[in-house]
Amino acid sequence: MPLLDARDVHGGYGGMNILNGVDMTIEADEIGVIVGPNGAGKSTMLKAIFGLLHVSQGEILLRGEPIHNLPPNKLVQKGMGFVPQEHNVFPSLTVKENLEMGAFLKPDNVKRMLKQVYEFFPPLHDKRHQPAGELSGGQRQMVAMGRALMAEPSLLLLDEPTAGLSPLFMNEIFEQVKLVNSAGVGILMVEQNAKQALAIADRGFVLAAGQNRFTDTGAALLADPEVAKSFLGG
Amino acid sequence: MNELVFFINNVVIAGSVSGSIYAIGAVGVTLIFSIMRFAHFAHGDMMTFGAFMVLLLTTAFPGAGAAFGVPSALILLPLAMALTALLAVGIDKAFYKPLRAHGVKPIVLVIGSLGVTLMLQGLIRLFAGTSGQSLYVDDRKEIFRLALPFEGARAPVVITEPQLYLFVITLVAVIGLHLFLNRSRLGKAMRAMSDNPDLAQASGINTNTIVAVTWVIAGGLAAIAGTLLSLDVTFKPDLSFFLLLPIFAAAIVGGVGHPYGAVAGGFVVGFAETLAVFNWSVMLRPFRDSLPEWLTQSGNLAFVGTEYKIVVPFFILVVILVWRPTGIFKGKVI
Amino acid sequence: METKRADTVAAPRRFPLREVILFAAVLVAVLGVYAVMGPAYSTRMLVEASCYAILALGLTIQWGYAGQFNAGVMGFVALGGFCAMIFSFPVNPDFWESELPGELGLALLYMIAAVVVVFGATRLNRLGVPKKLRTVIAIVLGVVLYLVVVNAFRGVTDQIESRAGFIGGLGLPVGVGWIFGGALAGGVGYFIGRVCLGLRSDYLAIATLGIAEIIKAFLKNSDWLTRGTATVSPLPWPVPGPAEVGFTLARALYLSVTAVVIAVIFFLLSRAYHAPWGRMIRAIRDNEVSAAAMGKDINKRRLEIFVLGCILMGIGGAAMASFNTMFDPQGYLPLNHTFLVLVMVILGGPGNNLGTIFGAVAVYIIWIMSAPLALFLMDMAVAFGEGAFGWEAPTNLDSRALQARVFVIGLLITLVLRYAPKGLLPEKVRHHG
Repeated sequence: MPLLDARDVHGGYGGMNILNGVDMTIEADEIGVIVGPNGAGKSTMLKAIFGLLHVSQGEILLRGEPIHNLPPNKLVQKGMGFVPQEHNVFPSLTVKENLEMGAFLKPDNVKRMLKQVYEFFPPLHDKRHQPAGELSGGQRQMVAMGRALMAEPSLLLLDEPTAGLSPLFMNEIFEQVKLVNSAGVGILMVEQNAKQALAIADRGFVLAAGQNRFTDTGAALLADPEVAKSFLGG
Repeated sequence: MNELVFFINNVVIAGSVSGSIYAIGAVGVTLIFSIMRFAHFAHGDMMTFGAFMVLLLTTAFPGAGAAFGVPSALILLPLAMALTALLAVGIDKAFYKPLRAHGVKPIVLVIGSLGVTLMLQGLIRLFAGTSGQSLYVDDRKEIFRLALPFEGARAPVVITEPQLYLFVITLVAVIGLHLFLNRSRLGKAMRAMSDNPDLAQASGINTNTIVAVTWVIAGGLAAIAGTLLSLDVTFKPDLSFFLLLPIFAAAIVGGVGHPYGAVAGGFVVGFAETLAVFNWSVMLRPFRDSLPEWLTQSGNLAFVGTEYKIVVPFFILVVILVWRPTGIFKGKVI
Repeated sequence: METKRADTVAAPRRFPLREVILFAAVLVAVLGVYAVMGPAYSTRMLVEASCYAILALGLTIQWGYAGQFNAGVMGFVALGGFCAMIFSFPVNPDFWESELPGELGLALLYMIAAVVVVFGATRLNRLGVPKKLRTVIAIVLGVVLYLVVVNAFRGVTDQIESRAGFIGGLGLPVGVGWIFGGALAGGVGYFIGRVCLGLRSDYLAIATLGIAEIIKAFLKNSDWLTRGTATVSPLPWPVPGPAEVGFTLARALYLSVTAVVIAVIFFLLSRAYHAPWGRMIRAIRDNEVSAAAMGKDINKRRLEIFVLGCILMGIGGAAMASFNTMFDPQGYLPLNHTFLVLVMVILGGPGNNLGTIFGAVAVYIIWIMSAPLALFLMDMAVAFGEGAFGWEAPTNLDSRALQARVFVIGLLITLVLRYAPKGLLPEKVRHHG
């Protein structure tokens, strides 16, 4: 049974449909990457999966269980984590408090998971008593991912985790995504840096105008001349 | 030396009393703002309601405090806090939540809270009448006169029993709130929601619970502030409009959404008020001989008369809005 | 060039069914009151309702056109009433024939001089004084000069109170007072608006609530200026009074004056609404961000709207005070002069002038009629309570019954916000694109 199975998803904001039938399947332990031009509905799809957007048609299954249009806090309970692109930390809370908020629904996990997150992101351990608002962009992204991991998700949704970061930090984030994935967490992320992202992807989804254009393994998409020509800038 | 005693009685003690009350009220206002993002105009009436509950309970059980040696009103205060918290949660469910669900602008919630103010005022006055009543139903208000150990200090420092309770309870409330916000899981979640409500929801924090907790705290604190004010003077049903301005001024001075700022702001406003109505000519009396005649001659050197006390918080408000709208502690810009 | 504006084309003329029905209902209610309470009482009610309509028009401009919530209508009403009194009340010879006017003028001169000096001190940094030192100098000067001026004033005003009662009026025509009432209210509105309009609307609500209480406190305690709680009466009318032509006719004449005022305001507002200025206002209301992006000076327009609204409140307050023939600072209550107006506006339809006038008349009729009704219900309840439980009726029943109206107005506000947030005659907001 696939970890996430989205079939023919339609949805949008206030009557305007942005998604016009998107299919997406990820097995456990896989990294899925959504790429595509601006306005293709990449982030919208992520929000639809996380219940932040009304799905008007189609269905989304998490391990075979329908989850579309459930509120986010229910989805967190069911093992999903979401890292928004912007405003993804609590700036006045310390790093440690940020992480604790991630485990709000599972307070018994806090000690064990804190240890694990500090292992994933060692810089966070040194800064754990600092307000998250004072950290650099890359460190904030670590706090955001760490926060989502605290609830021990089986599927982690990342919305453009490398947006606005320098190339150095970008590589670091991709490495950490791989690391988290190797610990058994399924990943679905939206990325602008399509080439780098597809390079680590088990599955790639190229969206355009709210529909699947190409769906294949990351490596196959990278090798496909048509994908390269129209979406990866040659 | 008597002038010093006069100063302590009329400024230090009086300022601390109103400062404490404004501080507790402003903390509630600022918490509500940081979670729900609107200025809650019905806060003054929630304070009145809390005091009214104490009045009702004290009238019903006038002897409750005798066994513990404290005024009955104080023993019954926790019960009144619970009732006020219940009222606050109920008001939110009935009036504010539907508006929030419609996604209205915050100012519509402000107008809604004015509607709630009027309803509460109407109900309280309907049952309590419009005249003042003492919360000391069956107890005696103790007044302590402390003589200063100085040569020539004939007048004693006067402090009343409810004022002492006020200081102690304010301290306990502020420390308790500090521990709650920084140590407890719900308190941290409250701060998280104040920082970023969307992310709080995405973290699995149930925002409805946080809203309810906020109302419970704000309601409980409002009951404390209203009761302690009524203990110190008398219970008056129509206090609220005169409390609102200093409380909002305190919250804004301290930086909206900033609980410790609200405490500091409360004392700033409280002391500013008492200093402004204080008759400074008394303080000049010891130096009468060395001062120019025109200065000592005028009998009244207060900045404003007591009837214009309300000008002080307004003045502070305007100055802070012009000079630094985020407040002295850099709260949220609203 | 034959160009038609998009928004006039987009609105096909329809029969105003809703408007006709609602106004017919109000007409029936008015006729009902006439039948039951008699013409003199009913005409008085209509005059008062028309004064409220002027206030409501002021608030509907602020709230409906620009989303500014003014929680201190009472203060501007009181300023208008004060001007009506001070300009139209007969001259007080006790004051003017003494040397007191000169002394008062001298105190005023002191005040102006003090303001100039303090203002100059805040500019000292231009002469090379360090900024911190300048601030200290300005504050110290401000405090000292303030005390000096206040004491000078206190001396004069005490003299006025003991020797002449109060300074009396200027004996000018009533209309002058109304115009200055609007001007004074607008001036205070300008000050508040300058401070608050750039910030979130909550601040404006807090500040207006405060200034209203301050204005009331000032008028109530300045016996030398307003006789304070002793009240000033009788104020003259702009038309022949009841003593000359009888109650009904006099009130009807007064009503015609206020009706003309409303008609003029209504006409000017419609003109402005369809003029470039009004289009800009609507653009800002409908989409503030894009209006700002198009280079509109949003804060300036907002200030204009706010001041305009305050001017109307001042005029309405002046008309009200003149009609009551009495200036009583204590009679200004947040409930009667702020929240009642608010209910009129949100019930009628914020931003819709016709709806606002409907709301004013309809709510005022309900308001006036609710007092006897509340008393009646209270009596019933007490009779029931005494019969069933042996309660003792509280003594001050009348005043308590009136508190029920406070509750009802509050309930009405919350209900309208929830179930008819755009009012009974909604203002249509067109979204462009």
